[in-house]
Amino acid sequence: MDELEAIKVTFFQECEELLADLEGGLLAMQDGNDDGDTVNAVFRAVHSIKGGAGAFGLEPLVRFAHVFETLLDAVRSNEVPATPDLVVTLLRASDVLADHVSSARGLGVVDEAVSAAMAAELKACTDPNAAPAPVAAAPVVEAFEAAPVAAPADALIGADDALDDDDLGFDFQPMTITIDEQAADVAAAVGNVWTVSIRPKSDLYRKANETALLLRELARLGPIEATLDASAIPPLDQLDAEAAYATWTVRLETEEDETAIREVFEFVDGDCDLEITRGEGLAPDAALAALLAGDAPAPAVVEAAPEPVVLAEAPVVVETAPVAAAPVVETAPAPVAAPAPAPAPVAAAPAAAAKTQQIDVPGPGQSVIRVDPERIDRLIDLVGELVINQAMLAQRVGEYGIAPSSNLAMGLDELEQLTREIQDSVMAIRAQPVKSVFQRMPRLVREVASMTGKQARLVMDGENTEVDKTVIERLSDPITHMLRNAIDHGLESPEERKAAGKNPEGVVRLAALHRSGRIVIEVSDDGKGINRERVHSIAIKKGLISPELQLTDEEIDNLIFLPGFSTADKISDVSGRGVGMDVVKRSVQALGGRISITSRPGQGSTFTLSLPLTLAVLDGMVVDVAGETLVVPLAAIVESLRPKPEEVRPLGPVGSVLAVRDSFVPLIDVGLTLGYREASPPPTEGVVLLVEGEDGSRAALVADAIHGQRQVVIKSLEQNYQQVDGVAAATILGDGRVALILDVDAVISLRRREPPRPVEPTLIAAE
Amino acid sequence: MTEEIITTTAERRELISFRVGEQEYCVDIMAVREIRGWSPATTLPQSPGYMRGVINLRGAVLPIMDLACRLGMPVIEPTVRSVFIVVKAGDRMIGMLVDAVSDILSITDDLVQPTPDLACDTVRSFIRGIISIDGRMISEISLDRLLPEREALAA
Repeated sequence: MDELEAIKVTFFQECEELLADLEGGLLAMQDGNDDGDTVNAVFRAVHSIKGGAGAFGLEPLVRFAHVFETLLDAVRSNEVPATPDLVVTLLRASDVLADHVSSARGLGVVDEAVSAAMAAELKACTDPNAAPAPVAAAPVVEAFEAAPVAAPADALIGADDALDDDDLGFDFQPMTITIDEQAADVAAAVGNVWTVSIRPKSDLYRKANETALLLRELARLGPIEATLDASAIPPLDQLDAEAAYATWTVRLETEEDETAIREVFEFVDGDCDLEITRGEGLAPDAALAALLAGDAPAPAVVEAAPEPVVLAEAPVVVETAPVAAAPVVETAPAPVAAPAPAPAPVAAAPAAAAKTQQIDVPGPGQSVIRVDPERIDRLIDLVGELVINQAMLAQRVGEYGIAPSSNLAMGLDELEQLTREIQDSVMAIRAQPVKSVFQRMPRLVREVASMTGKQARLVMDGENTEVDKTVIERLSDPITHMLRNAIDHGLESPEERKAAGKNPEGVVRLAALHRSGRIVIEVSDDGKGINRERVHSIAIKKGLISPELQLTDEEIDNLIFLPGFSTADKISDVSGRGVGMDVVKRSVQALGGRISITSRPGQGSTFTLSLPLTLAVLDGMVVDVAGETLVVPLAAIVESLRPKPEEVRPLGPVGSVLAVRDSFVPLIDVGLTLGYREASPPPTEGVVLLVEGEDGSRAALVADAIHGQRQVVIKSLEQNYQQVDGVAAATILGDGRVALILDVDAVISLRRREPPRPVEPTLIAAE
Repeated sequence: MTEEIITTTAERRELISFRVGEQEYCVDIMAVREIRGWSPATTLPQSPGYMRGVINLRGAVLPIMDLACRLGMPVIEPTVRSVFIVVKAGDRMIGMLVDAVSDILSITDDLVQPTPDLACDTVRSFIRGIISIDGRMISEISLDRLLPEREALAA
């Protein structure tokens, strides 16, 4: 049961990839790239999902995938033209399919009405153009159990036997292929010998199945001896590149019964003519029969009955047989020699697959190692310790006054460099492309656009930009929010756009790039830009700014990040639910990031989000407070200054504020707030760090001295102790001592409460 | 709550004994990770008085507890001879600041006597029992009660 579960997990992982491929292919089609390659890739994605789902008996998923697949099949064979409207329909269908997958996974529920409507729509798209093939498309759709649409012979793909690159020797003359070493054991009892005749139809290849895999599966049951009958292959000039001509006759010795043999073919049911005979069978071709020794009982012809796809092994065959499946089906190494009148012409579809998948699927040459993330985390911890140790060593040596030109000092420099490199390399292991987040966005854009009645096209850039796993997990929410905002508030309605002389379809661009050791995410639209007058007046109306204040354009743009600001005239379904850009800003700042906006009226706005590449290290300002060393996250610091006496104004009995230009900011003595000292020295003797909390509130933190900026490795306090108010985490400084990283927000809010009193030792009562 | 590290059988087990002020205490040797000389700790704000602060133990942040203070006695003034014993208490590692480590005892559980009623509740909750060897009275510390429960901050 566990094993099945594990396979199921793999299946869902593959589904994720397939859904991404599907969406990517459809988007490519939308961009006008609707050649056979893309359509085939799209078809195969849906087909593979269906196949796998069948294996696990995920009925609703199979049913929907089947309808979807049927339409795609028709598109593929040009029975249904791939109009832009159709592609939009297909994209929506892919969303529904994704819902079905999630639901099968137990994550969410499919809206049955939506699914049924979508299925009906797909059928409607398929029906009028039903194939003139023996099996019409329409009945198939309804009677889902039936075999998939039989395609016209000249349909596509159908590279007959790209059977090389494998331990299956291949030639174009009839010959014996020995897969198993024991195959030659003719002495086996007749009762255990089966003759299997396989004659694939072109459909089999169209569905990205592969005879080699079938033979391989058969070989699992027992020793096999396969004979290829290539006599049906016409001369080259009459050869239809996409038709199937070859027939295999397999002599199989197995203890298994007919059902087991039949199971091998369950996945290609209906796509090949199958004859299973007990004993040494007569091959359909008399010439072949001569090759096989033994008696020839009358072949009991058993027609492959159409059945629902319920075989467990089938999808696994396609996806996991690495040698045969990957090279032949997916990446199509030049199949066999061209000069021969081969049943293996350069296969359109496999080649197409190679083209569309080359970015995602590592080629046969590249190997991928799967590593338990915990091991990498452990490695990162160790390297963090190495960095600290190296810094300690350097500091200790420095204390002895070693000359910088000495061998020791130079060796230490080299050590430092190596340590840095190791740290970078280790962090790179945990880095992942932002693609995993980006690929969820096209759907979001479609949904938001249809909800708001706008036309939007998403253009993505830099999907392969890498960032630490810790950050990637937290990118999704801000990006989602920014995209929603761009479509809902940024883009105009199609009518407005037309009136402004723009393409009614707005473009939203999502890009990721590395810039000076940070990852930058940009979300831009070509909409109307920020209406500064309106933003300004709303901010005044809501009491967020004083009317007298003169603001630059940039300052006005950034007003939208103020808490409680929302410019939507009407509260829409999409944004304006009380969570605005201030929430985005807060969550970004919590990650040590920054967000800004630039806008040009009539031309659109750009949100720029900048985040650290990792949450394992942090840039901080090292300060002294009451004899303790503290680290203040750099992201929170707006500026640092030495207050002049006239800038410090008392307020109330104990408090005081600092005049920073035109505003007054509360002064907070960090030492007092954290309970390091009982009374604060005059702020003018110390240094003031002007900080901004996540909620935008400002405060002036008083410290005794600043030691400078440093990158520090974040260490958890909770691991061995517990969370401490006012402290975000700890780190280890170059001298080996622990320094605490200040939680700026907590310090600001601690200050708002009453001053801390000395804490009595709390005792835990005995039971 | 953590499991008792000590199995209550008649098997012999080893304890490390140490001095806190004039009194002797011990912990099961299996819980002890290492013993280190005193080094100054970084003070933790908003923490109970028995928490000395945190130190760097090969890259991990280790809280240091003043055992005397935890047991309700005067705070230990660390000297060069002061040590801290790094012990595993549940899933956490802590350092216990003590005056000096005495020796290793090998005992069977029948030597452990229940804590007399005389002791105050604080002491009784931290002490598993009392061992009498060669006229010395050594109290065995119950490690899983030493650190405060992680406060329900997450809840």
